[in-house]
Amino acid sequence: MPGPELPTAPDAGPAHGACTSCAIYNSANLRKLGVETGTYDYVAAVAGNPNTGKSTVFNALTGLRQHVGNWPGKTVARAEGGFHYHGHGYKLVDLPGTYSLLSTSNDEEIARDFLLFGRPDVTIAVVDATRLERNLNLVLQILQITDRVVVALNLMDESERHGITIDVRHLARELGVPVTPMAARKGQGVPELLESVEQVARGTVATRAHRVKHRDPRLERAVDVLAGQLQQTFPGLPSTRWVALRLLEGDPGTEQAVRDGTLGDLGRGIAGPEATSARPTGTAAR
Amino acid sequence: MTLDELRPDHRATVVALEIRGVQRRRLMDLGLLPGTEVRVDMTSPLGDPTAYLVRDALIALRRSQARAVHIEVHDDEPGRR
Repeated sequence: MPGPELPTAPDAGPAHGACTSCAIYNSANLRKLGVETGTYDYVAAVAGNPNTGKSTVFNALTGLRQHVGNWPGKTVARAEGGFHYHGHGYKLVDLPGTYSLLSTSNDEEIARDFLLFGRPDVTIAVVDATRLERNLNLVLQILQITDRVVVALNLMDESERHGITIDVRHLARELGVPVTPMAARKGQGVPELLESVEQVARGTVATRAHRVKHRDPRLERAVDVLAGQLQQTFPGLPSTRWVALRLLEGDPGTEQAVRDGTLGDLGRGIAGPEATSARPTGTAAR
Repeated sequence: MTLDELRPDHRATVVALEIRGVQRRRLMDLGLLPGTEVRVDMTSPLGDPTAYLVRDALIALRRSQARAVHIEVHDDEPGRR
């Protein structure tokens, strides 16, 4: 007697219909490359407050064992790894934890400079679901400078234990970028994260980042003027509006970087040559 | 009144930060800004530093920093968690 037809394994052949949206199918397409980034098509940065599980997310995607632990400045420099997903290579950069793009301790500066001037194709903002309000400070700051963000709502298992429920769809709508709930240490939510990262990297979903508005038109005008001048002085520099705001604030570090011209190096140096496909690994400046 | 004078288990709302520059920025990045609710959570044996509960996170401040944070104490019953 012939048994019922068995479902084919996800990687057995070309998938169609519902298969492609299934989590099992998607994670079967993940190839963890460890430190072997090889040639890659997209650069993804992992950012977030301290102790939100950035390195755990990084490890879940790359298969690496970047040290996970809890003390200040654990990830002092950025760690890099790679993975392959749906035929595209990704270089993943794990950044030190930071509360803000504005205050600057040494390791926070590394995270800030990469997010502002490294031009990652996607930024994965890892947030602690149990302290969402506090974590959104950094998320909103990141959304000021780029639309290409995926929010990884991590530690969902813990927040459930605390009786916290989060309206994920509403949050995503308010922020204007995808939000994926996760429990990275259990591997939960990884397929969904991959899917969102791919969509944002390839531009197949429209993101419209929530921008905090400065309600004063005079300030807006001043920022416009300064940003324009920065663009002329440092051609190709990203995040000029952000820099302009810092100058208007009188931030001494930014003033110094403009005066001695190191600001221009930041724009060029961090991500290596401009984003075209198949960049060789060694070029990313340390 | 300033934050260093807040008694354990009393709650208060921040009304102003009398501090400028980097330190102000830092406090705000940690979630402490006008309108934020705070509570004393733990005190070290000598009372300095003190740990405050701010937006579900624990923040330790030195007395000199807490003195710069102006607050309005809630007049509800103490001891409420």
